[in-house]
Parts: sequence; structure tokens; C-alpha cells
Amino acid sequence: MTIASVPVAETGQVSLTGRTRVFRRLRRNPLAIVSFTVLAIAVVVALLAPWIAPYSVDQTDFGNIFAPPGTPGHLLGTDDLGRDVLSRIMLGARASLVVGFLAVLTALVIGVPLGLAAGYFRSLDAVIGRLTDLLLAFPFLILAVGLAAIRGPSLGNAAVAIGIAQIPGVIRVIRSDTLRLKSLDFVAAAVVDGASDLWVLGRHILPNATSVILVQATVALPAAILGEAVLSFLGLGIQPPAPSLGTMLATAQQFAAQAPWAATLPGLAIMILALTFNVFGDALRDALDPKGDR
Amino acid sequence: MARYLLTRAWHSALTLVLASVVVFLGIRALPGDPALALAGEDRTPEALAAIRKEYGLDRPVTVQFGQYVERAVQGDFGHSIRTGLPVSDMLRTALPVTIELSVLAILIAAALGVGAGVVAAVRRGRPAEWAANALALIGLSVPHFWLGLLAILYLSVATGLFPASGFVPFFDDPVGNLHHLILPAVILGTGLAAIIMRQTRSAMLDSLSADYVRTAKAKGLSPRAVIGRHALRNSLIVVTTIVGLQLGGLISGAVVTEQIFGLPGFGKMTIDAVFQRDYPVIQAVVLLTATAYIVINFLVDLLYSLIDPRIRVAGDAA
Repeated sequence: MTIASVPVAETGQVSLTGRTRVFRRLRRNPLAIVSFTVLAIAVVVALLAPWIAPYSVDQTDFGNIFAPPGTPGHLLGTDDLGRDVLSRIMLGARASLVVGFLAVLTALVIGVPLGLAAGYFRSLDAVIGRLTDLLLAFPFLILAVGLAAIRGPSLGNAAVAIGIAQIPGVIRVIRSDTLRLKSLDFVAAAVVDGASDLWVLGRHILPNATSVILVQATVALPAAILGEAVLSFLGLGIQPPAPSLGTMLATAQQFAAQAPWAATLPGLAIMILALTFNVFGDALRDALDPKGDR
Repeated sequence: MARYLLTRAWHSALTLVLASVVVFLGIRALPGDPALALAGEDRTPEALAAIRKEYGLDRPVTVQFGQYVERAVQGDFGHSIRTGLPVSDMLRTALPVTIELSVLAILIAAALGVGAGVVAAVRRGRPAEWAANALALIGLSVPHFWLGLLAILYLSVATGLFPASGFVPFFDDPVGNLHHLILPAVILGTGLAAIIMRQTRSAMLDSLSADYVRTAKAKGLSPRAVIGRHALRNSLIVVTTIVGLQLGGLISGAVVTEQIFGLPGFGKMTIDAVFQRDYPVIQAVVLLTATAYIVINFLVDLLYSLIDPRIRVAGDAA
């Protein structure tokens, strides 16, 4: 039995010649184009945020607190300390993406080898299966609570907690894809040819599992972004005054009556990030599906 | 069947033991003397000595572990550093709130998710499917604590229809209790509803093209009877599995939801404990969550194999 804390995506295999077909399918899907464009803009803005944000994130303006959106000089208004909401959202989105990528990277670096091993070596399957069960027993928030209690809350701990929680999902999809690939003729041929296990795994199975890894990453990223927001909101992630969409919401909650926009806009930013990743992930999965139109 | 259940029981027990080892070692991974952490502010030599004796910190680690397990099994998790109350008493008042919130959220999520999933599958390619899919994607992408904030801002504060925070025990005032919990439960249920919807839709699409549905149609059953009967059975399996799979997400979600709506549950207790460095409480919370996860998933597996005989057959063969 396998369980995943992250929704698990399923795809088929994509051969080299299938790659152009995948791009063609993506180009024909308007949702894929729109979501990719939004994502590309968001990533560029987030990466360049320290240079292109209109204000520095901790530049306060006490004569101008709770300025509503549309105020000249403050497109999205200001917060309780008169800091520019737009600038803080840009840098907060950057932090979300950084934690999201770090978390998913952690999950992949640990999960992919374990998944390959579990699917390929029968003897390791049970051990890795129990490890997966163990990881699943600690929900990401509880893991983050434990880490924060031991090491103090930080951006790094948030990424680690989210990443660990995503490992079981990665192990599960990679394991099942490895099992499928292992039974195919070209792998058997390589084994008969005298290839070592590591060679077969690295040269034959891993490259063919790329599409599955890719889709799993697009499923895991929005989940990680939402996770970072939750942890920072609770004070277990990025620490103020560093900007994070989650901590912005936590502060705004106290002043929601005076400045509802400050409690609304950062959440909208999180949702747009997660939504576009999810939409693009869906489109990618459909495009990679060898069964085609479903 | 028996073999399958035995294997599952053995795996669950093993996971439980490993989880308790992890939690036990966690508190010992703290930098410095665990007695200092467990003592909180009261660091007189007498207090420290009392802590060392209570937790057996002066004895070998294996003995400590045995003692820790023995006490945990009896429901003794020590005393909270901050309140001085037994952790078990704190849990006794906090847990019912969280359990009620979660059960309500699951019911709401199942109703919404199954309903939308069936509609999306039956109305394939029509606006209804498009709308259901879009809602599910938004449900998966929206930060739920933010939805909670908006609900408080625009539903509670602005209209006064729902209380913005607080809690009334069910047995004191059932109506007031539901009135306080309904908004948090809807917020907590949205993410789960989205996942249930997507799974129900794909399970329904599979079963609608299956041979037995064609047979049912061919023998003249009305579409309503075909969809109703098969949808119902399939969605039962889907909901059961997903609640097991998503239990971790649900627990995480409940912690945040309680924090926003000021519900005095398990989640609020957990977050307060982290910021007050209340280690006995944190230890109990983590151990209890892991235990709940393992036990409930074992029960879900049992239930699943009762609903769907194919599972136990496959399980026996493996």
C-alpha cells in the first residue's frame, strides 16, 4: 500500500520522437500557453524583484500608512508601517518560489533514487516502503512544528519540512514507473547484454522516467508554495521583517478592518502562482499522456 | 484476506514503533541538556533534578525509551511547562474540538466533491464540466487560511451572519456550536472537496465506459439508475481512500484553520506550544498525530478491503 500527501500524477512514457509531439500538443492548448506566459512573467518579476521593485521592502513611510490601492506612488497601497504592498508582494513571491523550488528539489534528490531503488531491487522494496510509511505519519505542518521546536523557525526549515513531506509522493510515482520500465524488452536486452544495475538504472530507466518526474514536480511545486505560505503565516517559516506572502497576511489579519486590501492582495498573489502551476501541470500531463485525448 | 490483514497490521505496528523512536530522539536532538528544555524557566538545581528523575534522564537511553513508551501508552505525557497541567488533560479538552471540525469538514468535502465529480463526468464536454473543473483547480490552488481571512472579513465582520471567532461546546449549545464551526469547516473542506471531485470524476469516467455499465444500459435501466447506483458505490471507495490519503493534509489544515478562527483545539495548542517552547506538549502532539495517522490509515485499509474485494485478493497474491 502506498499513500501520498501530495496528489500523485500519472503519465505514460515519452520517447525521444514524442518530444516534438508534446510541444505541439502544448502549443495547441490555450490554457497551457496562458499559464506558461503568466508563470514566465511571475518568475522573471520575482527573480528581478530586488532591482525592479518600486521601493525597498522595509522602507517605511509613517505619514502614509494604510494608503489604499491606487494612491499615487503606491499602486497597491501601503501596510501598517507605510511599506509599499506591491514591492513586498514582488519580494514575497520571490521567497515563495525559492522555498518552493528548494522543497521540491529536496524531495526529488532524496525521493528519485529511493523510488528507483524500490522499483528495481526487490530486496529494498520493503525497507523503502516502511520508510515511506514512516514519513507519511508526520504531516508537513507537524514536521515543521517539530523542526521549529528543535532548530528554531526559518526559511530553510520550512523548505526541509515541506520537502520531506513530499518525498513519499515522489518515491511512489518513480517506483511504479521503474517497475513498468523494468519489464520492458529494452531493459531486459541491456541486462542480457551484461549491463550493471547502476548502468541500467542510470542509462535506461532514469531517462525514460523523466516525464514522470517532470509531472510530479509540477504537482509538487504549487503544493510547496501553499505550504510555505501556511508556515510563514503561522510564524514557522520566513521570519519578519523579511517579506513573505504568508507573513504579510499574518500582519494584515490584525489590521484587516482598516486595510482589507493588505489582507486580500498577498493571498491573491499566492493563488495566482499556485493556480498557474497547477494549470500548466495539468496541460503538461495531458500532453505527455500517450493515450492522447482524455 | 487474513494474510493481507496480518501484513498490514504488522506494517502499521512497525511504523508506530519507528515513529515513537523518532519522536523520542527528537527531544534529545535539542542542543544541550534536555532537562533544561523540559524545565522551561524554572532552572533551579532542585527542579532540574526533579525533571531528570521524572524523565529518567540519568538512566541509560534504552531504559528511558522503555519508560517513555510505557507512560505514553498509559496516556501520561508529562506536564506542560507553561500551564503546569498534565498534557493529557489539555488534550482531553482540545481534541474534541479538532475532531468535530475535521468530521464536519470531511462531510462537507464529500458532499461537494462527489456531487461536482459526478456532474463533471456525466456532463462531459459541457459548461457544467468546465465549471466543475475550474472550481476544483481553484480549490487546489487557493491558500485556505487566506480564504478563512476573507470569510471573516467579508462574511463575519461585514454581515454578522457568522461569529468571527470563538467556540461553544456541543453539549452546552448544539446550535451555537454548529454556528461557530460551520464556516471553519467549509474553509477546511474546500481543498479536500477539490481532490475528491477530481478523483470522483476520473473514477466515474472509467466506470461509465466499463462493460457492466453498458450491460446495465442495454438491459434498459434508466440513466439515473445506472449513474446513481454505480456512482454511489464508486464514490464511496474514492472518498474512503482519499480521506485516508489526505489525513495529513487535513490535520495540517485544521491547525491553521483553528488558528484563524480562534478555535481552542489541537492546532492552537500545538502552535502555542512551539512559541512557548513547551516541549512536553510538542512531543505529545507529534506522537499523537503520527499514531492517529497510522491507526486511521490501517482502519481505512480494512474498510477499503471490505468495500472492494479486489484489494484483498491482490493483497493476498502479493
